[in-house]
Amino acid sequence: MHRFANPARFLRIARVATPLTLWIGLALTVAGLYIGLFASPPDYQQGESVRIMYVHVPAAWLGSGGYLSLAIASAVALIWRHPLATIAARAIAPAGAAFTAICLVSGSLWGKPTWGTYWVWDARLTSMLVLLFLYLGYLALSASEGERGEERRAASILALVGVINLPIIKYSVEWWNTLHQGPSIKLTGSAIDGHMLLPLFLCLGGFTLLFAAIVLMRMRAMLAEQRVEARSRRLAEALA
Amino acid sequence: MLNRPELWTAYIWPAYALTIGGLVALLAWSWLSMRAAERRSEALKRNRP
Repeated sequence: MHRFANPARFLRIARVATPLTLWIGLALTVAGLYIGLFASPPDYQQGESVRIMYVHVPAAWLGSGGYLSLAIASAVALIWRHPLATIAARAIAPAGAAFTAICLVSGSLWGKPTWGTYWVWDARLTSMLVLLFLYLGYLALSASEGERGEERRAASILALVGVINLPIIKYSVEWWNTLHQGPSIKLTGSAIDGHMLLPLFLCLGGFTLLFAAIVLMRMRAMLAEQRVEARSRRLAEALA
Repeated sequence: MLNRPELWTAYIWPAYALTIGGLVALLAWSWLSMRAAERRSEALKRNRP
């Protein structure tokens, strides 16, 4: 794994992976959204509002999955002090926060016609809101002036402490009596019809690849900014 | 009840517009900041003393 953590090697891989993830992700997303909107049937209970699921579920998956990646990258940064891990964590945070916000708003838009309300202080909804605050806390801490160390110590610790929220999100619908429905897709099978699974999986794959493309582009930008800083410093020293 | 036409204008279109708008904004911001940073880095590399 350390082999790929070398910034020069990472950049070589990222230059190939960025357009691949971007274009395949866009193609899957456009196909998924089109089928979700126009070619899939309405649900027998939820009616047309089931179409919101095709954007809500992938956003929720990336909000939680993104936070897990953020925490893993932060752990690597704290333990091995690898600069690429800190850069990865800082690249994941804004994308994860955006997908969590999309999940919350699209969930509210689904909740109003289905439950009769945009918001309830339900365990699943509240733990997702806490996840958004954790992302925002990480972004604020990692951008602060006192956090200029390679491993962004306080921000990384916050990311690790926040992991406790992930099982709470996952099991909230089983541990508490919530308004939010339980899991529809399990390892043993799916309660969702095949016509609805197709756009859902297309959007899941597409959004995940676009998330990867965003993270790769942010990492490349941060690495280039670091090179600019280092070269400007050397230039100033040479001219002094 | 759950198939009334205002469902589209009040809930479904806004959910999709928010998602597509958010995705496009994130992708554009990431792409433009990456291109700008890599261009600055290349320019400095060329002007190396």
